[in-house]
Amino acid sequence: MKIAVCVRRTPSTETKIGIGGDGRSIDPSGVSYILNPYDEFAIEEAVRTKEAHGGEVVAITVDGADASKDIKKALAMGVDTAIRIDPPADADSAAIAGALAEALRDVGPDIVFCGKMAVDEQDFQVPLRVATMLEMPAVTFVTKFEVNDGTARATAETELGQTVYESPLPVLVAVEKGINEPRKTGIKDIMAAKKKPLDERAAPAIAAKVAVTKLELPPEKQGGKIVGEGVDAVPELLRLLREEAKAL
Amino acid sequence: MPSNDVLAILEFRGGQVTKAGPEVLGQARRLADTLGGAVHAFLYGEGANGAAAALGGYGVTKAYVADSPAFAAYNGGLVARAAKDAVAACDPRLVLLAATSPGKDLGPRIAASLDAGLAVDCTAIDIDGDALTAVRPVYAGKANQSIRIAAAPFVASIRPNVFPPAEAGAGDAEVVALDTAAAEGETRIKVAEVAPRETGKVELTEADVIVSGGRGLKGPEHFHLVEELAEALGAAVGASRAVVDAGWRPHSEQVGQTGKTVSPNLYFACGISGAIQHVAGMSSSKCIVAINKDPEASIFKLADYGVVGDVFEVLPALTEQIRALKG
Ligand SMILES: Cc1cc2nc3c(=O)[nH]c(=O)nc-3n(C[C@H](O)[C@H](O)[C@H](O)COP(=O)(O)OP(=O)(O)OC[C@H]3O[C@@H](n4cnc5c(N)ncnc54)[C@H](O)[C@@H]3O)c2cc1C
Ligand SMILES: Nc1ncnc2c1ncn2[C@@H]1O[C@H](COP(=O)(O)O)[C@@H](O)[C@H]1O
Repeated sequence: MKIAVCVRRTPSTETKIGIGGDGRSIDPSGVSYILNPYDEFAIEEAVRTKEAHGGEVVAITVDGADASKDIKKALAMGVDTAIRIDPPADADSAAIAGALAEALRDVGPDIVFCGKMAVDEQDFQVPLRVATMLEMPAVTFVTKFEVNDGTARATAETELGQTVYESPLPVLVAVEKGINEPRKTGIKDIMAAKKKPLDERAAPAIAAKVAVTKLELPPEKQGGKIVGEGVDAVPELLRLLREEAKAL
Repeated sequence: MPSNDVLAILEFRGGQVTKAGPEVLGQARRLADTLGGAVHAFLYGEGANGAAAALGGYGVTKAYVADSPAFAAYNGGLVARAAKDAVAACDPRLVLLAATSPGKDLGPRIAASLDAGLAVDCTAIDIDGDALTAVRPVYAGKANQSIRIAAAPFVASIRPNVFPPAEAGAGDAEVVALDTAAAEGETRIKVAEVAPRETGKVELTEADVIVSGGRGLKGPEHFHLVEELAEALGAAVGASRAVVDAGWRPHSEQVGQTGKTVSPNLYFACGISGAIQHVAGMSSSKCIVAINKDPEASIFKLADYGVVGDVFEVLPALTEQIRALKG
């Protein structure tokens, strides 16, 4: 079975966000990067699927050379080979998806795993764009996945409840938290990752559609009002909620 | 060259157009007025035909409807394929939908099939000359990103509970029942099983009022205090990750960066410290109440109203007095 997993790095979720000099992106100083947490779930699911059915896993990222450390992490987790594509200029999700779709056409995977979203820009776009461009059936918000006799079963968990989808291969699956517990990697895995092949490619010429014009910090919320202490504060709280906030 | 019209994508579920529908229609109307175009709708769901004409009351000119048993459960591939027929029929400048889970699934499918730019989860949206401009929260609400899509057609999804719902008036839309047989035939992926969420329970992302509990509740056996307050308020129950990870509450109730993003009118944080990852999921709530015994808890910096106290005392008192109020 040929399995692909689309991964990218994001600033660590603990990063204190400041606005960069261009006014459109975050201040890069002091930012440390991690693999997008949802992509760790995607990698784990890809590797487990390989372990169950045989085959190989290729990780693909559209990012600059700085992303090598994060690609190594994917390789350490059990991915076999990796492709890094330089991002098109001013890439947006549509351009990223275009670059991924192009690479995936060569790979010809049976299953493509993605995260449901990247936690920095929370765009929820790339996986379903890729699937649509490749005319591949796709499910997102997936918390359970299995494949038997060429049929994939994926359970999506959303506010609608749980829905189980059945699809022939190839299929694209974007995973939700809860699908698995990503494995920890040890020194041996990290050493092994160093020997695995990384194919680096130039940026494809794909124009972006969405331009970021500004990044701003949200207005500071002015400190809350302490209504009072203990049960004695309850009547006043209710009065404020009704009369001042008009929320009841 | 697309028309000046706006196509509103609406979900029909549980016998009605979902709650986000009027919010989408309100913005569709406003933006169509700016463009000097009409509002059309694509309404999908089993039984949707019956609700389509009434969309005229929201200023919808034509309602394209995908209604067959195959639309009973959400199947993104199928809905996107049917939506394509509606898009082809009216050639809209803007396709607008709600950033609910189905909307987050559907938006990029439609955008990719139109080769269009997509603005996801917008909290502000406008037409500026020939371009679409929008603002969207990023970095778990720690920043707001302004974006611009220069070339039409545009696709955009709006964050639920942020925009005012349009009021229904009188009037009938022209109903165009789409023949979905071709779409059904082409869709390789099928829905095999559905386990809808428990009915009667208010869904978190759609709730007007949410009562969330955290580790301050001390154990799952005390969460009835949160549930009772929620019931008195007609609210949904939420939880912090600490209590979800501890197995006290299901993941579906988790609010925050790795849980759900909510923006209700009223949010109660009970025994929740206010960690940045929790705040990421609820900071856009219109009114926030915090109950915490630690006056230094960071949730108080965010809360509109704080009560310093023990949840074991404050919650029952609150529940009782709200019941009396609502009598
Ligand atoms: C990558 C990442 C993602 C995360 N995602 C999320 C997420 O999506 N959602 C989320 O919630 N968290 C998330 N977290 C976890 C987050 O950092 C906090 O650990 C978590 O929110 C804390 O939950 P809590 O407020 O219930 O518990 P605590 O921080 O332990 O706070 C308990 C609070 O209860 C108060 N208290 C105790 N007893 C009482 C009492 N009797 N009466 C009143 N108050 C009392 C205490 O003063 C304290 O403030 C994430 C963390 C990481 C690293
Ligand atoms: N630059 C990228 N390279 C590879 N995969 C990506 C990239 N951007 C997004 N993805 C994939 O798409 C998912 C959703 O990302 P997004 O649409 O940006 O929220 C991620 O979890 C990845 O699986």
